[in-house]
Amino acid sequence: MMSFMKGRVLVVDDDTALAEMLGIVLRGEGFEPSFVADGDKALAAFRETKPDLVLLDLMLPGRDGIEVCRLIRAESGVPIVMLTAKSDTVDVVVGLESGADDYIVKPFKPKELVARIRARLRRSEEPAPEQLAIGDLVIDVAGHSVKRDGQSIALTPLEFDLLVALARKPWQVFTREVLLEQVWGYRHAADTRLVNVHVQRLRSKVEKDPEKPEIVVTVRGVGYKAGPS
Amino acid sequence: MSGDSAASAPGRTGARAGRPVGRKSAGSRWGRFLEGGLLHGGVQGSPVLRLLLRWVRRPLLPVMRLWRRNIQLKVVATTLLMSLGVVLLLGFVVIGQVRNGLLDAKVKASQSQATGGFAVAKQKADEAATGTTDDGTQGDGHSSQNVISWMSELVLSLSSGGQGAFDVVTLPADGNSGGGRGPRASGGVDPTVSVPDDLRARINGSVTAAQSYTRIIYKDTDKQPQPALVIGKRVNDPNGDPYELYYLFPLTQEEKSLSLVKGTLATAGLFVVVLLGAIAWLVVRQVVTPVRMAAGIAERLSAGRLQERMKVTGEDDIARLGEAFNKMAQNLQLKINQLEDLSRMQRRFVSDVSHELRTPLTTVRMAADVIHEAREDFDPVTARSAELLADQLDRFESLLADLLEISRFDAGAAALEAEPIDLREVVRRVVSGAEPLAERKGTRIRVVGDQQPVVAEADARRVERVLRNLVVNAVEHGEGRDVVVKLAAAGGAVAVAVRDYGVGLKPGEATRVFSRFWRADPARARTTGGTGLGLSIALEDARLHGGWLQAWGEPGGGSQFRLTLPRTADEPLRGSPIPLEPKDSRRNRGLDDAGLPRGGDKLATVPMQAGDRTAIPGRDGRDPIAARSAAVTPTADPTALPGSGARVVPRPASGARRPDTTSMSRPAAAPMDSAGNDTASSTDPEGAGAGEPKQQGEAFRGR
Repeated sequence: MMSFMKGRVLVVDDDTALAEMLGIVLRGEGFEPSFVADGDKALAAFRETKPDLVLLDLMLPGRDGIEVCRLIRAESGVPIVMLTAKSDTVDVVVGLESGADDYIVKPFKPKELVARIRARLRRSEEPAPEQLAIGDLVIDVAGHSVKRDGQSIALTPLEFDLLVALARKPWQVFTREVLLEQVWGYRHAADTRLVNVHVQRLRSKVEKDPEKPEIVVTVRGVGYKAGPS
Repeated sequence: MSGDSAASAPGRTGARAGRPVGRKSAGSRWGRFLEGGLLHGGVQGSPVLRLLLRWVRRPLLPVMRLWRRNIQLKVVATTLLMSLGVVLLLGFVVIGQVRNGLLDAKVKASQSQATGGFAVAKQKADEAATGTTDDGTQGDGHSSQNVISWMSELVLSLSSGGQGAFDVVTLPADGNSGGGRGPRASGGVDPTVSVPDDLRARINGSVTAAQSYTRIIYKDTDKQPQPALVIGKRVNDPNGDPYELYYLFPLTQEEKSLSLVKGTLATAGLFVVVLLGAIAWLVVRQVVTPVRMAAGIAERLSAGRLQERMKVTGEDDIARLGEAFNKMAQNLQLKINQLEDLSRMQRRFVSDVSHELRTPLTTVRMAADVIHEAREDFDPVTARSAELLADQLDRFESLLADLLEISRFDAGAAALEAEPIDLREVVRRVVSGAEPLAERKGTRIRVVGDQQPVVAEADARRVERVLRNLVVNAVEHGEGRDVVVKLAAAGGAVAVAVRDYGVGLKPGEATRVFSRFWRADPARARTTGGTGLGLSIALEDARLHGGWLQAWGEPGGGSQFRLTLPRTADEPLRGSPIPLEPKDSRRNRGLDDAGLPRGGDKLATVPMQAGDRTAIPGRDGRDPIAARSAAVTPTADPTALPGSGARVVPRPASGARRPDTTSMSRPAAAPMDSAGNDTASSTDPEGAGAGEPKQQGEAFRGR
């Protein structure tokens, strides 16, 4: 298990002190951090280092974090965790909508950060071969693929996890809190906007008509469930 | 009364009889009629009256509304009415003048004509009389025969002088028609009916001439009767017998002139009235149009379209109004923009400060944690320093977070993300989160009222923050005693009350607990290191929901904090399902501060408490609605009755209430109120003398 915890982490932050401190903490936990301080150079560094996870500050010189996030997401499903000083609705939601999997609000405790990073890398421990069906989609859990009529749909690991969580128990209605725990690994209730935003992103990829979802159905006042297969 | 239309009159009296019962000062007369009818629906005939009134009023309502709302209509109608009055008055005066002028000339001419005629008649009679005495031998029969022809001749000769300008009538005096003195008339005039009787009477009573107005009636019925002036005199015939001689002057010409004048005046008057109305309409329109435009634009301005302006032409007063209006709008726009900029800057500043402070703080925090982790390798002094550093960083962090949260509220940047949530879930999470602290304190947290779902449209994150704050506070100040979290839903509201039995609150503290950085007792040690902003933030959160956060407490008797939220976000709160003062408060148990049973009012208090405890809060003017409704409709669960959330901080020790409480107390609650207060102060051992905080303080906050 520990072998999976070893991971390359790209830290995109312009604050050198914080970046250095992050490096100390990450190395202490067995990660391999690499650093970039400029938004414009972030994408190049990403291609070069091929990290397993990106820690991304939202406020950057050059390209801002949102833009960097969008660019990375455009070419990779690698987990992205935003570092933000603002927990205000708009910033967080914009960040999540631009493709970040999770966010962590400054100031955070090192343990919190490490737990969040592990939660995002955890999925590599999996899995037994398993075939799931949700709506007209076929999910190969081990092969990490989602297909509709033989056509594969590209999902980020987080979106895949979300879909699998729903598909495993199609009879169950998942509250946002439960999803936060199962998919994001939050033990305590966190921001349910994470769930909302990612369900929207997932829908935009897997639904035929995202306005009238059939795969991920909203149960008003409760949460979400898998649509009938 | 059977309720048919005939019953309406008794119905009217019924309504009238009902009036003294109703509010005398309120409402118009019609309103009172209606009210009387409504209040006394049982009175026979009232429904009929009501129907009748409604039937009469209904078609008039649009007109009345137009009248009330349209100043142009008012001015035009008033102008029309007033000018009509003036024109009528003027017309009558002018017509009177003209008539008098016309008649004066005619009367003078007629009088001289008639005087001449009378003289001629006298003269002729004298001549004829001399003639007959000369004959001497003629008998009476012959003489009367003579008189008859003489009379006829006389009438003929007199009337021929006027060439149709007048007619002559003779009538026998004193009704004596013998001796040939029958009625005679020239020009086909009916002699008897054309002369008014009272004129005849007057003539017979004197020897002078008299005149009167009359209508000439012609024997020939084809001929229309004519207005005329009649002048008459008693004259003697040749035999010396009196007869009445009348001159009738037709006033046809004068009447024609007069009607011509009348017609002209009427036409002119009508024109004047209509023209005045039209002028008034035009003039008022000139004034009203800009006013209406201003009203419309003011409405649009208040709707947020700040760039709207009035069109200004000319330099008159209306234009000045327009200019002033536009200037006002411009200044408003400027100020609003300034404020918006300021608010944006403030928010931006807060956001920037947040970022700028948090980034170094994160580094410090992480560094401190790394040092803290390694403290075992340090010497004791450094290790302790590392601990202190880590602890105080925690405190610093939460203080910063709270400060930023408060400044977000202050900047109006806090947004509500409301969705239907079950408060039981929130309470469960909060309680389980507070368990570790409760265990340390030896406190048990009980949850009451969670059998039914308590659903409201609310922001789960904020509600959880509020409740966490309340529960943690209760545990912290509960001195190891139980903490009860109570949920309830009723009407359009849901409520969560957190009750503790700790040190409680002194009077007046119930409002101050919500103040920023306020501490109950600065000397008391803080175990959990709150920031002093928790309740302020909780209050802002409640406000953001359109809800209330209120506190109640008694010294030594614990306290209760109650969060009331509207069930749907856009619904205003009218009451809370949970009374602010808990039923096990010392006062509700009928005990005084020393914990002794109260003497005087114990008997009165205890049964009320047992049977209908919501009546108790009504005693001091609070929850009067609850008290009243409880008295009317007993319900199984008294907690289901809405409290009023009145803004009350009773100070029973002084017996004085805040001004706003008086407005809240209703007559129904008043007797209990005064009784409660009286007994309370009289049985209180410390009494009003010391002014010692005797009882509960409670507060209203929110909204």
